Amino acid sequence: MITERLIRVLTLADYNTRIVMFGTITLGIAGGIVGVFLLLRRRALLADAVSHAALPGVAGAFLLTVALGGDPRSLPLLMTGALVSGLLGMGCVLMISRFTRLSQDAALGIVLSVFFGLGIALLGIIQKMSGAPAAGLDSFIYGKAATIIREDALLIGSVALAIILITGLLFKEFRLLTFDPEFAVGDGWPVQRLDLILMALVVAVTVIGLQAVGIILIVAILILPPVAARFWTDRLLPMVFLSAIFGALGGWIGTSISALAPRLPAGAVIVVSLGSLFLVSFLFGADRGVIRVIHRTRATARRTLRQHLLRAFFEYEESGGSADAEEQHHYVARLRGWGTSRYHRAVRMLARDRAIYRIAHGPWQFTAGGRAEAARITRNHRLWEVYLLEHADIAPAHVDYGADFIEHVLGDELVAELERALPRFGKTVPQSIHRIDRTEQRP
Amino acid sequence: MIWTSLDTWIVVAAVLAGMTCALVGSFLVLKKMSMLGDAISHAVLPGIAVAFMISGTHGGSGMFVGAAIVGILTAMLVELIHRHGKVEHGAAMGVVFSILFAIGLILIEHVARDIDIHPDHVLMGAVELVPLHVVSVMGLELPRGVVVLITMLLIDVTAVAVLFKELRIAIFDPDLATTLGINATFMHYLLMTLVAMTTVAAFEVVGSILVIAMLIVPGATAWLLTRRLLPFIVTSVLVAAAAAALGHVAAITVPPLVGFEDTSTAGSMAVVLGTLFFVAFLFAPERGVVAQGWNQLRLRMSINAQDVLGLLARAAERHGVQEGALSVQEFQAAERSPFSGRRSQLITTLLLLRVRGLARRRQGRYCASARGGAVGRDLLRTHRLLERYFYDDAHVEMNELHTAADYLEHYTDRTLQAELAKRSRDTETDPRGNLIPGGDAAGDTKGE
Repeated sequence: MITERLIRVLTLADYNTRIVMFGTITLGIAGGIVGVFLLLRRRALLADAVSHAALPGVAGAFLLTVALGGDPRSLPLLMTGALVSGLLGMGCVLMISRFTRLSQDAALGIVLSVFFGLGIALLGIIQKMSGAPAAGLDSFIYGKAATIIREDALLIGSVALAIILITGLLFKEFRLLTFDPEFAVGDGWPVQRLDLILMALVVAVTVIGLQAVGIILIVAILILPPVAARFWTDRLLPMVFLSAIFGALGGWIGTSISALAPRLPAGAVIVVSLGSLFLVSFLFGADRGVIRVIHRTRATARRTLRQHLLRAFFEYEESGGSADAEEQHHYVARLRGWGTSRYHRAVRMLARDRAIYRIAHGPWQFTAGGRAEAARITRNHRLWEVYLLEHADIAPAHVDYGADFIEHVLGDELVAELERALPRFGKTVPQSIHRIDRTEQRP
Repeated sequence: MIWTSLDTWIVVAAVLAGMTCALVGSFLVLKKMSMLGDAISHAVLPGIAVAFMISGTHGGSGMFVGAAIVGILTAMLVELIHRHGKVEHGAAMGVVFSILFAIGLILIEHVARDIDIHPDHVLMGAVELVPLHVVSVMGLELPRGVVVLITMLLIDVTAVAVLFKELRIAIFDPDLATTLGINATFMHYLLMTLVAMTTVAAFEVVGSILVIAMLIVPGATAWLLTRRLLPFIVTSVLVAAAAAALGHVAAITVPPLVGFEDTSTAGSMAVVLGTLFFVAFLFAPERGVVAQGWNQLRLRMSINAQDVLGLLARAAERHGVQEGALSVQEFQAAERSPFSGRRSQLITTLLLLRVRGLARRRQGRYCASARGGAVGRDLLRTHRLLERYFYDDAHVEMNELHTAADYLEHYTDRTLQAELAKRSRDTETDPRGNLIPGGDAAGDTKGE
């Protein structure tokens, strides 16, 4: 029974579901695309203020239509009201930030709450009005996708398609606006007008989304998909596509769930679906996902640890260190400032990789491969030190510190370049510029 | 208007809610973190819902523990997403609060089936219901909401009073705070905890969304009115209290004026707050739009007056007389005249100068009075000393000298002028060889 219903919903067997689905998916795509630019322009919360500011417009339009004797539930009229007061709210935010030194943050908070309060006050009046059923206005606050009828869906869909089309046509311009507005001004682009168009698109998404998602949560349609996409890629075009896909998926999943459980507030369900997509991206995103980042950080830490130990053993050997395991341990631990546990961890790692070995409890010795690697690493380190000393005029006491950071990321090309800059060393390992002294503390 | 004891309790609850919110909110405004308050006020919703599910009824201290956790969690998640995703704080907040709020909405819709609670009450407040739930405290029958708010107000006041010095330093100079051994991060999360708990305490009255109005708007209003921390906090709290009281009065009096029934108190409280903010936005003594405009106008007029007298002094010098005389056309046509194309400003300035007795009109031409002439010569002296200085010491090109000096001459007071004269090797002529008028001329328009 439930599976059968699920299949009916997912395959869009019902006409009603199909209508609603068309509306929410196009809305999700439009929001995802416009949201990318909104996010990159660092104005994400402006959309929140705009959507809250739309409430008095909706309520006002309702009151006005009732007063004029029209049908107060006509979506285009309510949307026009929302559009007007949303724009007014945006204007107020800009005015407050322009004429006072209050932060934009505060300006957003003020406009958002005061406009919303006005809307609530107007709703309070409407609810007590006799003869005019206020039902339906609720859906503008929490969203009620199920109330979308054919005309509404067509309106939402066509506006969303127009938004997608406009963004596509102005893609190059928006990219410029997002990444280098100063250059765009200098190059003669009408930056202010473009910015205005972008903001108008944001307001448009907000307004058409009110019925399906609701005033409080519509901002999620604009923010969640692009932020989720951000965890997968750094490039604009893939980000826009991913964001659009996330938006569409969120709309599809959300609408399906609310079709199965009509009691749940549809807006919240859509947002939770988008939220799950965000969570997945946050954890598993290929570019910045938490797991990936942790993995990368650990890999770097391991490589650094390994290279430090190899060089320390190499220098111990170079300085004619004795064959006493205890002394070797002390030398390395003091050189690197390591505690015993870290020393043992590093040693175990190298031994496992067969870079070093020891006989019974004697001192650690290089295998052939280990020595080659240690020599290479030490050579890179010293080449870089000499380079810093001779070409960058850095004091001898400081070069070791700088080299310590950079040596782990020196690529083959850079090493080749260092060799060209310092030809006198040929392929040998240069002498250390520091005095290698096993008894003294390092400088 | 019919006023009952019900209305009194509503006003008491609203005023208390406003005061607690404004107290912690003013710190949010100062820290430029208003929207984090917004995010937290949205994010406590699932906490409230879970508390309802567990206790099966309103309130309880569990709700405050939940709120404190949510507050800290929100602030931390925002920071995490901001850092990991390399997105702005605002977007990170949007992500956190919209997801948490959506979860909260679904949960509330779910519990609403079993418990007598409507999502509207959580979102928009149900101050009208506050007097109905009564508890007895020390033999007194008090509405529960009022008791909760008084407790919260006491907690907030104590926290702010005890940590006043620490909060002040942590807000205005986090680095200094760190060197002084004050943990700015701890202060940050403490504030977030207070915000979350206050939000929960106040949501019954103003609703979880309008709490943001009570958190931010009083602080923003007070910010326009005062510059010192303690008066700022006091003003903010008073604004909130006034708005709360007026809000309820407005809710029951304004709609009937246009033929409707009364409306939501929470909504109209926000509207009154917005109105108060708007009034401060326009008329605040220093930071208001009107005051700023007036100051700009005065500065403009004073610069115009000095420019006119300067032109007259140049004319006098050219014709070797005591006071120069120019017609309106000659003013505009003069070399490098700031008035070309600004005829109406010129005429206004001339009129004002005549009223102040600094200029006279004679046969269609204007000339400086003795006092005006002195001011003009003084300006000329400043101008040429500046040119001397720019040429000799700052090595400004000859053809850029005038522009540089022309701007600064209006902001150079007597002390600076004396300093310039002392510094210059040559106080007789400017770089072009024009004579620098003597320093005896006393002008009184400087520094006005």
